Amino acid sequence: MKICITASGEGLDSEVDSRLGRCSYFVIYDTETKLMESISNVSAAVSGGAGIKAAETIANAGVNVLLTGSVGPNAFSIFSEVGIDVQVGVKGTVREAIRQYEAGELESISSPNNVPHSGMKKGSGMGRGKSRGR
Amino acid sequence: MKIAFASGKGGTGKTTVSLNLALALSDVQLFDCDVEEPNCNLFLGFELEKVEDVICSVPVIDPEKCSLCRRCSDFCRYNALAALPTKVLVFPSLCHGCGGCTLLCPEEAIRESHRFLGLIEKAKEGSSPEFYRGLLNIGETMVSAVIKKLQKHIDDRKTAIIDAPPGTACPVIASIEDMDYCVLVTESTPFGFHDLKLAIDVVRALKIPFGVIINRYGLGGSKVEEYCKTEGISVLLKIPNDRMIAELYSRGIPFIREMPEWNEKFLCMFEAIKSQLAGGKEART
Repeated sequence: MKICITASGEGLDSEVDSRLGRCSYFVIYDTETKLMESISNVSAAVSGGAGIKAAETIANAGVNVLLTGSVGPNAFSIFSEVGIDVQVGVKGTVREAIRQYEAGELESISSPNNVPHSGMKKGSGMGRGKSRGR
Repeated sequence: MKIAFASGKGGTGKTTVSLNLALALSDVQLFDCDVEEPNCNLFLGFELEKVEDVICSVPVIDPEKCSLCRRCSDFCRYNALAALPTKVLVFPSLCHGCGGCTLLCPEEAIRESHRFLGLIEKAKEGSSPEFYRGLLNIGETMVSAVIKKLQKHIDDRKTAIIDAPPGTACPVIASIEDMDYCVLVTESTPFGFHDLKLAIDVVRALKIPFGVIINRYGLGGSKVEEYCKTEGISVLLKIPNDRMIAELYSRGIPFIREMPEWNEKFLCMFEAIKSQLAGGKEART
């Protein structure tokens, strides 16, 4: 069983990142072999479609379960397609998230729990005249 | 000649100024490029007719032919394709229609379909000014494609007035990049001044000659005027913070219609722009 956790750094002691598309690393842990691998998220800084790219990377890594904070509709459709169990509500370190998962403290989601573009930091949207002053 | 009216900050008077200038001139075309919320026709009340749809090519993948080589997905900079272990998924709303995936596919497994982004409308024949606008579909993000299609209707023999969207991002660049001149409409409030400087950075980067109109003149401070003086930027027109102008606006009337003395001022401004362009590059700092 391979578990993927969205994280802000490499390894089991890094903090989890609740963002899927914009997290820095995907930490992948194999519960049988106890082997761990950290994959850098190449899509963290792309202008659009980060969630899709992240989901593509995770799907191609042969993961069975994803532990993260929130998943938008585009990424969710990829996880549904390849049958990855998405569980949300992770907190703390990657190690702690794995413990929460193994203790059955997290819940699977059956639909997206976020809107697209939610991982963009506040103010990083490209000035489409949001404050139109009207 | 093609003149765009842009601003940075929203609500500074781009539409007001575009409309009034269009009404003062003859042999003119007016384009509402704020395709997310076009509002020129609120003031013109023209009967509009559809000219064309704006479409974007999107890939459709034949799973029988696809060898999962990933070239399409690796190529797409907009991440509209996801190559999964057993199939390639397409996300049409992210596709910019470049056609690169279709060209690259070694199996010829991709054909192109299309989706509708919006439409182009124009005022019925004989309307003055000649008026066109773009209308982006709700929820659609491909703003620039609609603006570019709209600007295909510019007739080089006429004066084209472009009412640009607010901001300084892609829709603004798409609206102003091919212009001969850009007028930045601002107001001397802290927010207006801040966004004016951003807009100036944009027009300078695009190397478009420009000038400034200060709207609601008298409101706020004198920072905009002082800044323009220091930077050698020509202030083309000052429109006072006038109750009559505000009332006419609120009733959907371009103020030139009820205040004919402004006709002359807009014509003078147009002449000033022409002489600035003829005179060379001093304002093109």
